Amino acid sequence: MNPLYLEVFVVLLGIMLLMAEAFSGAGHRRGIAYAAIVGLLGVLAATFVADAGAMNAAAPYARFYHADFLAMFLKQFVLLSTILVLVMSLEYAPTVEENVPSERRGAGLGEFFALPVFACAGLMWMASAVDFIMIFVSLELVTIAFYILVSFLRRREDCLEAGTKYLVLGALSTGFLVYGITWIFGVTGHTNLAAIASALPGLDHAVVPALLFGFGIVLVALSFKIAAAPFQFWVPDVYQGAPTPVTAFLSVASKAAGFVVLLRVLQTFVVVPELQDRIIPLVAILAGATMIFGNLAAIPQSNLKRLLAYSSIAHAGYLLVGVASIGAPFAGSAILFYLAAYLLMTMLAFLVMIIVAQAAGGDELSDFAGLSQRAPHLAFAMLLAMLSLAGLPLTVGFLGKLFIFESAVAQQHYVLAGLGVVTVAAGFYYYLKVVRAMYWQQPADPDAPEIEVGALAKFTIAALCALIIWLGVYPGPLLALLR
Amino acid sequence: MSPLLSLILIPLVTAAFCMAGAAPRRISLFGAGANLLLCLYLIASYNHGISGFQFVSENALYPAYGISFSLGADGLSLVLLLLSTVVTFAAVWVTPKVEKFAGMFYACLLLISAGAIGAFASIDLFFFYAFHELALIPTFLLIGIWGSGERQRIAWKVTLYLAFGSFILLLGLIGLWLSVPEGMRTLDMRLLQQLGYAGMMEPGAAVYLLLLFGFGILIALFPFHTWAPEAYASAPAPAAMLHAGVLKKFGLYGLLRLAVPIFPAEIQQFSHLLLVLLLGNILYVGFVTIAQKRLDLMLGYSSVMHMGYAFLGFVALNQLGLGGMSLMLFAHGLTIAALFALCGEISRRTGTLEFSELGGLAGLAPKLGLLFGFAAMASVGLPGFSTFAGEIMIFFGAFARGAAGSFGWFQTATALALWGVVISAVYMLRAYRRIFWGSRRSAVSDDTADISSGVRWAVILLVALLLVTGFRPGILLHYLNPVFAYLTP
Repeated sequence: MNPLYLEVFVVLLGIMLLMAEAFSGAGHRRGIAYAAIVGLLGVLAATFVADAGAMNAAAPYARFYHADFLAMFLKQFVLLSTILVLVMSLEYAPTVEENVPSERRGAGLGEFFALPVFACAGLMWMASAVDFIMIFVSLELVTIAFYILVSFLRRREDCLEAGTKYLVLGALSTGFLVYGITWIFGVTGHTNLAAIASALPGLDHAVVPALLFGFGIVLVALSFKIAAAPFQFWVPDVYQGAPTPVTAFLSVASKAAGFVVLLRVLQTFVVVPELQDRIIPLVAILAGATMIFGNLAAIPQSNLKRLLAYSSIAHAGYLLVGVASIGAPFAGSAILFYLAAYLLMTMLAFLVMIIVAQAAGGDELSDFAGLSQRAPHLAFAMLLAMLSLAGLPLTVGFLGKLFIFESAVAQQHYVLAGLGVVTVAAGFYYYLKVVRAMYWQQPADPDAPEIEVGALAKFTIAALCALIIWLGVYPGPLLALLR
Repeated sequence: MSPLLSLILIPLVTAAFCMAGAAPRRISLFGAGANLLLCLYLIASYNHGISGFQFVSENALYPAYGISFSLGADGLSLVLLLLSTVVTFAAVWVTPKVEKFAGMFYACLLLISAGAIGAFASIDLFFFYAFHELALIPTFLLIGIWGSGERQRIAWKVTLYLAFGSFILLLGLIGLWLSVPEGMRTLDMRLLQQLGYAGMMEPGAAVYLLLLFGFGILIALFPFHTWAPEAYASAPAPAAMLHAGVLKKFGLYGLLRLAVPIFPAEIQQFSHLLLVLLLGNILYVGFVTIAQKRLDLMLGYSSVMHMGYAFLGFVALNQLGLGGMSLMLFAHGLTIAALFALCGEISRRTGTLEFSELGGLAGLAPKLGLLFGFAAMASVGLPGFSTFAGEIMIFFGAFARGAAGSFGWFQTATALALWGVVISAVYMLRAYRRIFWGSRRSAVSDDTADISSGVRWAVILLVALLLVTGFRPGILLHYLNPVFAYLTP
C-alpha cells in the first residue's frame, strides 16, 4: 500500500465522523470518539504494512512528500498521541458539555472528538513534508484545527483568552515562517529541501548572510511551535486555559512534529560547513536558554497544568540539546527516543490529571492533596509519570536524558551537558512537589467519594505505566528500531 | 534464577506485598530474614580458589550501547551485601509501631534495601547507577512523611543534593563510556578494569573529578556534607540506619571499583586536594560534632566525620589502605546502624534527644546504657571492634605512602587525622556521660522503661558482628584481600 493513502484515510475518517455527528442523537456522541479511536487504530496498523518503498525518489510526489523512516516514525507517533488524546477527551466530556453553550446538552461534543482527527492528518503530512510549501500548508492545517480546539470551552474566560493568544501568536509565527521561506527561496531559487541542499555548496560567498537571515527567521517560527525560549511566552497561558486534552495534544504531537520539521530543515543547511559553524551555536544557545527558563520558571508553580506547561518547555530544551548535537552518531535516535519517552510520560500525567481534576473540581496542586489515600492507583501512576519526567533511572525518561547527554558530550557540548545536569536536578524539585501533594499532604475532604475511572482509561493508564517501566529497563527493541 | 537476582527481588516483592496490604511487619521481617540467610549462603558457597566475580549472570539489553543487566559478586561485593542484608534485617526489626501508612513505611525501607543490594551486586555500570537511584524516592517519602523536626525542608534538601550528585556522577559515567575506544564501548566493570590496566582508555582528569565529586556528594565529602546530618537526624531511625549504614557506602564502593583501576594517575595528581578535603571531614566536621546539642545530629555529624577516614584509605591507594577502607565501610555501617537504632529508642523512651534534658538514664535503663556504651566504643574505634582494625590499616596504609623515611603530605595528613580519634572519643564519651550518667533531668522519670526486646536483640546482633570481625578481621580480609591484590597491581 502506498503510504500516501494514510493521510487520505485519516481525512476521510474525520469527514465521516462529522457526518455521523450531524445525524446522530445527543445520546450517542461518545460513540463518535470510540469510532475515531477504532479508525485511527486501523490507520496505525496500516502504517506498519505501508510500503515506504513506493515513495522512492522516482515517485511522482517525491518532490514534496517523503515516506522515509523519520516520517513513518512521526506518523505512528502522531496517531498514537491522537488516540490517547481521544481517550482523554472521553474522560473530559462532562467539562465540555458544561462549558459549550447550546440548546441541546452535549451539542459541541461531536466536533470536539472529530477535530483532533483533522489535526492528526495535518501532523502526518508535516512528518512527510520535504518542501517548504508543503511544510507551510500542513502546518496551517494543524494550526487552524488547534485555533478552534484551544478556545473550545466558550463559557470559560481563561479558555477564550488562551484561544486569542494562540491565534495571535500562531499568526505571528506563520508570518515569520513565510518571510523566512521567501529569503531562502530568493537566494537559492528552490523551495524543495533536497534541491536547496544541492544548490547550497555552489552558492556565492556573498549570499551567506542572506541565507543565514532566512534560516534564522524560519528557526524563529519553528521555535514558536516547539516552545523554545525566548519564543515560549505564549505557552503557559495557552496550556493552562485550553481544554486539557488539547493541551496534551499541543504539548506532545504538535511539538514533536515541530521537531521533525526542524531536523529536516537543519539537515538541509548543515551540509555546508560554513553554515554549520554558525547554525549549531545558535541552536545550542536556544537549547541552553530553554532548559534554564523552563526549569526555573516551573519551580514556583502551584497549578499542575501550568507546571506541566513549563515542564514541556524544559523538555523542549533537552530535545534541542539533542538537535544541537546532530553530528553525533546516536543523536538522531536519541532525539526520537526522547520524543517517544516524552509521549508516554506526558500523556500519562495528563490523563491522570484529567480524571482527578474532574473529581476534585480543579487542577491546582492542592486538589491532588492526599490522592494516595483517596485513589492509590491513580496516585501511583502519577508518581511514575513524575519520576519519569524528572529522569529517575529505571524509567524511560531517564534513558531519554542519558542518550541526549551522551550525544552532547560526544559532540563536546560540555557547557550544554553541564547546564542540563544542573537543570535536571532543579527539575526534581517541581516534579516532587506533585509527589509531596499526593503522598505527604492530607486530603482536604477525607470523606470524598471514590474516583471513578472508565474502563478504557484504566486500561490506557496501565499500559502507559507498563511501557514507561518496561522501556526504562529494557530499551533494546525500541532503540534497535530507531537506529 | 541467579542467586543475586533473588537477593534483589526478595525485598522488591516483599515491598509490593506490603503495599498491597499484607501484614507489613511480619512479611518484611520474613523477607529481610530470608535475604540475610540467602546472603550467608552465598558467602559460604563463595569459591576462594577463583579470582574475579562469581555467581555471574548476564543479559545483554542493548549491545550497541554496551548495556547489559549483569550481576556478579566478588569478595568486596559480598562483604557489602552482608552489610546491606544485616542492616536491613536490623532496621526492619527495630521499627516501632508505625502510626500512619505502615505498609508504605516498610515498603520504602525495603526499596532502599533493594536499591543498595542491586548496586552492590551489579557489574554493569548502568544498573549500578540505576539501582542506587531507586532509593532516592523512598528516602524522600520516609523523611517527608514520617520524619521529625523540619522534615519538609530537609526532605527537599536531601533529595536535591542527592539528585544533583547523581547527575554529576552520570556525566562522569558518560565521559568514561565515551573514552573507551569506539567498537569496544562497554559499561561492564570487569572490561573497564581490564581496559584501564591495559592503558587503552585515557578519560582524563575531568572525568575523574566528575566521578570524585559526584560520588563525593553522595558520600558527604566536605564541603558537600551539610545534607547528611540533617537528613539522618530528621529521618525515622530505621531509615537513618539504612541510609547512613548502607546506602552511603555506594559512593565509596564506586570509587573503589572505578577510580582505583582506571584513574591511578589522576588520584595521585589530585591527592593533595583530596587530603585537604578529607581533613575537613575529620577535623572541621569533628569539631562541629563536638558542638552538637542533640544526639541525633551528633550521630549524623559523626557519620560524616568517619567518611574522612574512608577517603584517607582511598587516596593512599595501596593494598593496606584500600583493605582498611573496605573493612571500615563494613564496620562503620554496623556501628552507625546500632547507634541510630539506640538513638530512636532513647527518643521513644524519653521523648527528647536534647542533651540538656537527658541524664541519669543508666540507672533506669541499664541494658540500653550498656549497649549504647558498646556501640559508642565501636564508633570511637576501641581495639576489639572492627572499626579499630579498619582505621589502623588506613593509618598504616596512608603513612606508608611516599619514599621511605620521608615526611610529606601523606604523613602530615595521617598525623592530623589521628587526632580525629581523640575528637571522636571526646564527643562520644561526653554524649554517653550526659545521657546515661549524672543526675536525672527533666525528660527522665521513674517510669522511663528500659530498651524493648526487639531493639535489644537487633543491636546485639550488630554489636556481636562488630566484635567478631574486630577480633578476627581475617574473616573479612580473607574475602577482601584478593580483590585489592587485583585492583592494585
